[in-house]
Parts: sequence; structure tokens; C-alpha cells
Amino acid sequence: MSAAISVRTPSRQALFTGDLPLSIATGAAVLVIIAMLVVILLEVAKGGAGTVSWAFLSTAPSKGGLAGGIWPAIYGTVFLVLIMTIAAVPVGAATAIYLHEYARADALLTRLVRTAVANLAGVPSIVFGLFGVGFFIETIGSGIDTAFYGGSLFYGKPAIIWAALTLALLTLPVVIVATEEALRAIPREHREGSLALGATRWQTIARVILPQAVPGILTGSILAISRGAGEVAPILFTGAAYYLPFLPAHPTDQFMHLGYHVFVLATQSPDVNAALPNLNATVLVLLVMTFILNITAIIIRARVRARLRG
Amino acid sequence: MVVEMNETKGVAMSTPQPFSVNPISRAGGQLKSRGQSPGEANAGSGAVETKISASGLDFYYGKAQALYGINIQIPARRITALIGPSGCGKSTFLRTLNRMNDTIVGTRVEGAVEIDGENIYAPSTDVVALRQKVGMVFQKSNPFPKTIYENVAYGIRINRLAGSRSEMDGRVEAALRNAALWEEVKDRLHSSALSLSGGQQQRLCIARALAIEPEVLLMDEPASALDPLATQKIEELSLKLREQYTIVIVTHNMQQAARISDHTAFFLLGRLVEFNTTDKIFTAPDDERTEDYITGRFG
Repeated sequence: MSAAISVRTPSRQALFTGDLPLSIATGAAVLVIIAMLVVILLEVAKGGAGTVSWAFLSTAPSKGGLAGGIWPAIYGTVFLVLIMTIAAVPVGAATAIYLHEYARADALLTRLVRTAVANLAGVPSIVFGLFGVGFFIETIGSGIDTAFYGGSLFYGKPAIIWAALTLALLTLPVVIVATEEALRAIPREHREGSLALGATRWQTIARVILPQAVPGILTGSILAISRGAGEVAPILFTGAAYYLPFLPAHPTDQFMHLGYHVFVLATQSPDVNAALPNLNATVLVLLVMTFILNITAIIIRARVRARLRG
Repeated sequence: MVVEMNETKGVAMSTPQPFSVNPISRAGGQLKSRGQSPGEANAGSGAVETKISASGLDFYYGKAQALYGINIQIPARRITALIGPSGCGKSTFLRTLNRMNDTIVGTRVEGAVEIDGENIYAPSTDVVALRQKVGMVFQKSNPFPKTIYENVAYGIRINRLAGSRSEMDGRVEAALRNAALWEEVKDRLHSSALSLSGGQQQRLCIARALAIEPEVLLMDEPASALDPLATQKIEELSLKLREQYTIVIVTHNMQQAARISDHTAFFLLGRLVEFNTTDKIFTAPDDERTEDYITGRFG
């Protein structure tokens, strides 16, 4: 008897219950997301790509934002995000290290901290802005002024430092969660191996755990930066300005911001139609900046991971 | 010392066995000569000092008791094997010897464990110093994701044993030689430790433990995840290390215990059933439960 290869034709029922429908459904979801992204990019690029030029990127705006460039906004955004990252990442990472490595899982303090982090993540961003005004500017800023500057208005007004700290608060839960995920992924055996050699808990964390957690912490930082660079509500009252003749150099300076610039161009411009090219161009620059930030951090993370894997 | 299998006491079988189930005969019918007189090999005799002793040791995981009144004297510079079925407490007992159980939340120890006469559970004990003196090798090799050199150097750095780079190099080389790994890795000290085979990784972990110059080496089933060739290398290594270190090895492979250990302790359900020279345990055990275990009636 020759061995015949039989091909089973799927029954009609199998077509709906087999793997094929699942592949189609999930594939369609991916396509939808990519399509949305492409559509947004194309719309923005169509409206603004023509306006983006080196002059646009390197000069200050004029005529109420209808002409000129957006250099101060780029500078202000980068400066803001830098301060925000310096504030958020160490505090977030330290919190995650405490929660995962030191705290007893069932202790009251641990549960309080975790609840606080979870709630912080759910607060609307405009509330952060108002908190920034009430706490950072009115309380801390004024306090510094009375204590060190004899009451003159120095820190007790909108400033890049307060905007950065407000954004840091906003992105803190992201960093904490990402760091904790990274710590959780490190197998217990590495900690045990280190302790068995006579290391203290801190030495184990600093020399064995943290180096391995770096990719995860980087991920958290990337997410935080991406979110922080785009959020406008928290900086509305805490330091963003529409037009400044100077670049921010001191923590008490105000700053221009790409997202805020878009908002004002779209809503308070004297001639909205004329502002459209600049508007789209600004959005395009913001998007490209975010992409570059993300890709850079992803590359760094991939390199560190490859090195750890040996 | 040659043991006649046919005259083994107590192996009462109703039907004739096609092969002997006694681990000694399975290990080749002959116990390896260990270069010492039988008198010297007796546990607790005056000729060999006691390195580790436990008295009335009770251990609890939360509310569940895992060890019941363990009393044992482990001699210095010998290999002591801890055998017993799964869940009998041998790994738990091993981990009490360097206080690794402290890292698990909710554990409690009652009674005393003394190393060189000092109770390691006294409140004033320096746990870090204890762990430098009592090294541990784990069941699954756990090299750090660093280079081979850095893995061995880690313990040396932590305990500040090397003053200069050249001294560090010397110590790393000595530890790797001690662990019979130097020849295989000397040309790639700065490649990742994860690129080694399983057996090499385990020997790297042994080198890492030896680098900090412990006096005791605890091994928790070090070869259970390795192939027979790698296992043989680990066993030969253990026999070589015996000259310098007190070795306590947990194994559920009775043939292995018979091959390499001088003394054997049989644990069952959290209790120490019997502790004696390996020869005696495997040929003429005092307790019926020991006999049942080593002849394979359960386990």
C-alpha cells in the first residue's frame, strides 16, 4: 500500500474556531494602530513639513508666533525634561528598591506606599498643575523667598524648577513600576549567591542587582520622558510662557515649551489659519523629538541587555 | 576495606534480587580507600576535631516545624553527606549552618549551632563574617551575569582580601585552579560567565566560594543538574578539597554519598535518624528506617 498524504480540508466550523480567526483579529488590531499612527503623521507632515527648516529650528518666533522659528521652545522643552528626569528617576528607582528589596510585603508602611503610588498614577494631569501652583510655588517658593531673600519675589512665582518638579511627580509612578518590574525579573539565586559570599544586602543591591536592573530602569525613564515631554496641563500655571526674549538659564526662569506653543498657536493666535503651517511644523518637531528620545533609549537598553546576556 | 556484599546484614528480601540494591555494591562493590585507618574514621572519635555541632536544633517556617531536635557533630576536614528523601529537611539543615535561612521571611530557629565552639545564632554574631567562613554552593549554578574574572573577584572585593590588582589576579587564579577550572578558562577570563557549560558554571561557583578562603564548604546537591561526566569532575574536586576544607554535601544520590563521603547523616521527616561513618551507614545501619531507605524500600 502506498502511503498517501491526505490533506484535511478544514470544515466550516473549524474556520471559525481554529487559529485563523484569531490571527486575523489580532493582525487587524495591529494594522489599525499602525494605520492611525501613519494617518496622524501624514496629516501633520503634510501641513507642516514644508515649514520645517534649519531656520525654523534655530530662530525665535516673531509676529506672535506666525513667523520665525521655535528654537526657544525646543530648548525649553529639553531643559525641562532634563530637570524632570534628574528629579524623578533617582527618587522613583529608590522607592522601587525599597519596596522590593527592603520592605516586608505585609507591613503597613509598604501597603501605604503602594497605595499612594497607585493613586498618584490616577490623578488627572491638570490637578498636578494646580498642586504645583499651590504647593511648590505658593508654599515652598514663597517660603524660600521669605527665608533667604527677605520677601522679594524670586522663587515664589512660576519657574522651570517648579514645572519640572510637578512633572516629576506626575511621572514618578511610571518609573517606580518599571523599576520594580525589572527588580522582580532578577532571579532570587543571584541575591542568595551574593549573600552567601558574605555580602551585605546593600552590597548585593549595588553590585549585583542594580547593574542587571538598568535596562528596566531605562525603560521607565524612557516612558517617563515621553510622557513628560508631551504633558501641557501641569506646566500651564507653573512656568510655561508663550513668548520669552531670553532662554531659561536659572532655575527661577520661565521657559517656552513645544506643547504649550502648539496649544497657544491653536487657540489664542490672532490669525489661526495663518498659524496652521507653524502649528503643524511644531507638532512635527515634537513628534520627531519624542521618537528620537525613545529610539535612543531603546538602543541603549538593547546594548546593556546584550552585554548582560554575554 | 573490602565489604562482602553477600554477608550484608539486614537486607532481608523475600525473593532473591537479580541485582543488589545496596548502594555500596552499585558503586562498584568496593569502598574507596580514603587513606585513613578505620579507627580514625569513626564519627566523634578523639582523633578528629568537631567543626560544626548542632544541639537541640528546631527550625520553623512560620508555624510549620521543619527540623526537630537535631543533634549532630560534623568533623573537620572530612566530607559529610546528608541524605534522605525529598522534604526531609536536609537542605533546610544545611542552610542553617550559614544562616541563609535568615533571608526567608518568617523563619525561626531554636537551639544552638556551633562552629568552632561559637554559637552562630547568638545575637552578637556577625553574619557577614560567618558567611565568609562558611561558603555555599547551590543546586543550580548561579553565576552572576559578569565576566568569569569578575565572578571570582566579587567575593574577594566584598571581603577586601586583595590590596592590589596583581594580588587580585593571583587570588582569582588560585581559586580557579583550586576548582579545577583554570586550564579551561585561563584564556577567556574576561568573557561572560554565562557562556560556560553547566558543569563549568558550577565549578565557577565553587571557585567563587573558595576565593574568599572559607573553612567550611556547604554544597546543596551541586551535581544534581549536571551530566555524569560533569558530576564526576565535581566529585573528584570534592575529594581533593577535603584536605583543606570541611565539606557538608546534601545529596539525594546515595551512590554519590557512598562514593565520596566519610560520614553520612540520614534525615527523615525533619529528624536526624542516624549519623555514622559512611561505611557503617551503607553496610550495617543501626536503624531500620535507614536500612529501608538505602535499600530502596522508599524514597
